[in-house]
Amino acid sequence: MPRVVLPKSVGEQFAGGETEIEVEGETVRALVRGLDSRFPGIAAMIEEGMAFAIDGEILQNAMLEPVRPESEVYLLPKIGGGRA
Amino acid sequence: MKNGNPEYRVVGTRPIRPDGVDKVTGRARFGADLNLPGMLHGAMVRSPHAHARILAVDTAKAEAAPGVKAVVTAADFPALDGAEFFSAGEAQVNFRHLSSNVMARDKALYDGHAVAAVAATSAAAARRAAELIEVTYETLPHVIDVEEAMTEDAPILHDDLFTEGVTPPPERPSNVAKRMEFKLGDVGKGFADADATVERAFTTKPVHQGYIEPHAAVAEYSEDGQIQIWCSSQGQFMVRNYTANILGVEAAQIRVTPAEIGGGFGGKTLVYLEPVAVLLSKKAGRPVRMAMTREEVFRASGPTSGAATRIKVGVTRDGRIVAAEAELKYQAGAYPGSPIGPGCMTAFAPYDLENVLVVGYDVVTNRPKVAAYRAPGAPISEFGVESVIDELARKIGMDPIELREKNAAKEGTQAAYGPKFGPIGYVETLAATKNHPHYKAALGPKQGRGVATGFWFNIGGESSAEVHINEDGSATVATGNPDIGGSRASMAIMAAEVLGIDVSKVRPIVADTSSIGYSFLTGGSRVTFASGMAVVDAAKQCVEEMRGRAAKQWDIPVDAVVWDNGRACPASSNAGDFEPLALAEIAATSAATGGPINGHAQFTARGAGPGFGAHICDVEVDEETGAVKILRYTAVQDVGTAIHPAYVEGQLQGGVAQGVGWALNEEYIYDENGRLENPGFLDYRMPVASDLPMIDTVLVEVPNPRHPYGVRGVGEVPIIPPMAAVANAIEDAIGLRMTDLPMSPPRVVAALEANGAAGAG
Repeated sequence: MPRVVLPKSVGEQFAGGETEIEVEGETVRALVRGLDSRFPGIAAMIEEGMAFAIDGEILQNAMLEPVRPESEVYLLPKIGGGRA
Repeated sequence: MKNGNPEYRVVGTRPIRPDGVDKVTGRARFGADLNLPGMLHGAMVRSPHAHARILAVDTAKAEAAPGVKAVVTAADFPALDGAEFFSAGEAQVNFRHLSSNVMARDKALYDGHAVAAVAATSAAAARRAAELIEVTYETLPHVIDVEEAMTEDAPILHDDLFTEGVTPPPERPSNVAKRMEFKLGDVGKGFADADATVERAFTTKPVHQGYIEPHAAVAEYSEDGQIQIWCSSQGQFMVRNYTANILGVEAAQIRVTPAEIGGGFGGKTLVYLEPVAVLLSKKAGRPVRMAMTREEVFRASGPTSGAATRIKVGVTRDGRIVAAEAELKYQAGAYPGSPIGPGCMTAFAPYDLENVLVVGYDVVTNRPKVAAYRAPGAPISEFGVESVIDELARKIGMDPIELREKNAAKEGTQAAYGPKFGPIGYVETLAATKNHPHYKAALGPKQGRGVATGFWFNIGGESSAEVHINEDGSATVATGNPDIGGSRASMAIMAAEVLGIDVSKVRPIVADTSSIGYSFLTGGSRVTFASGMAVVDAAKQCVEEMRGRAAKQWDIPVDAVVWDNGRACPASSNAGDFEPLALAEIAATSAATGGPINGHAQFTARGAGPGFGAHICDVEVDEETGAVKILRYTAVQDVGTAIHPAYVEGQLQGGVAQGVGWALNEEYIYDENGRLENPGFLDYRMPVASDLPMIDTVLVEVPNPRHPYGVRGVGEVPIIPPMAAVANAIEDAIGLRMTDLPMSPPRVVAALEANGAAGAG
């Protein structure tokens, strides 16, 4: 099952302090939906400002990306900044 | 001199830049250079207060003034109430905030915040009319400093701003927009294992990107609602989409033509004037030009964040970093959105660490909203980290490059922010730095040498490109990214490499939003990588088509035709005995063989390779005046493959120059009312040529396997190391650890005096 790793502050805010979560799914979107069903509200926060690193590669718009059962998916702030 | 893979014919050469003649002759047209028949001139009314409620805006006198054709205020903008984040390509943008930054609504949040605008028949008439607009303000307490803004009793900028990322959610608004935390391992345990620990607090000042060309735009609103904008920006599609969202019109109504750009460095990734010029044009029925003065650029366009940081690192006696901790507080300016995320992620990225804790805060203050500036966020956090690493090396008696080598991130290292690195060139960069003659050169009295390194992700993103083979055998390459760092040259080189023709036969252009597919903005060191991939792909399509045309002429299968050095050739003697057909010959007969030959590519580029740099800086400190002179400077960087090495070297040199300014002189000075006192280059001291030696560069080429020619972004890394390199050199010269930027003469003198007093005590 893919393993999703949340930044510590996100884990505390939404997942009761958990930061490493196994979620079933074959795309990032499925993982996000799975997370949201367990931790309501996290999907909206992710869509607003998070990027993903899937097996080491950082992707800014990754919702439709496929993930493998052994994938590691890190949630990261979007790279950039200085934008209103 | 040619760099890179010897098999490349054009990649790695240094042809004359395609925009060079226009720029040196003054023919290049920048944002403010366009004149249209009947064009009006715009002027902005700006708040003189750092924080004030706008009670009324009376435009009657201005509207009655001679030559005035239109006046706009916030009342002319769609409300966008409830609108929060919208997707704008790769970025998520809060258009409610962006719209309020373009034109203040109920409150002015910084000195220089726009509150109204006028269009008149001359610039002088517009300025005079702007002075007739009467704004009634209720001034409010303001806050400039980031740590003061975080205190309980600080003036609150936004009543609806509640800190994200804290548990439980706060019940009261504050100026802290967001808290974020990254954790790896157990720092407490790590510090317990350390033989030496250094903990320091640092401050950095907001600094401006300092582009020479102020923001400028011309807009024309036609009777049928079609909008044309000509402007200088880092993304014509960004201008189109942001303006469309702010004004509530469809993107297809707006055509944005990119002007030549006189510097951006991240600062032109936002809109300031364009929506205002469009509304003025709509009201007046005539085109309107708006251009900021230098004073307006400083007062109202984004610098990068100032910050307060605290860095703590522990090492063992043999130089293994066992724990690293950072607390980062970044000013966002008037609206949330500092680069705190990348600041946190880059802080310890060059190192292979087991125990890391980084906590970051995004904090609003009564200053202009920050904009991106080269490697947003990274120079600030890495200044502190690289200073502390240097101090630790001294403490354990280890060469500072050796300490970095012992802890260097390499392929497979788990970055401090989470994912594992692919192929990276940090180790190779450190080796080239250590072996450079500069590192071993002798120093004189009061002279010192500092080393520092830097990391930046580099990004990919959406890109479109077209390659057209012209009838005479030349080619046109069209992309959708403004050229701020030599991208036209690199696009032409990559197309020439694929097509097998001389680069002088390739003309690169930057197309407008109606002439090319969507391309994310020029930023994140992405264009040579991402748009370059699109150009390579489009050029390959042309090659495939030309192979097919040759096959048709020879009446053999296309598989029996190969492309070799600009010619279609039979793949082998079995394919037949045909004279090769040069690209120009195939182009000349294209009408008879199937029509125009074009290639088009569009995709989201992936696989951007991270970049690492290491800098060596020699300084001499005048202990009487506090002046720090840069004696010698060498910038070493893993650039993947340098497509046009002269441009790459220029990127490294430019980054160093800006970083040295950040280190030594640049800062905004506010009076007690929060008004900016130095909005001009005479008082805001950026480095000039005489402040710097010739900056030596070393291009380390560890190709990025995800790009056809191995490209990594190069433009952002070089601004990251200079502040720590200079600070480390100052310590080496006079034994003083400087922790507050800028390290200007008064601060150096004060530090020397404090040190002397402490010593005497």
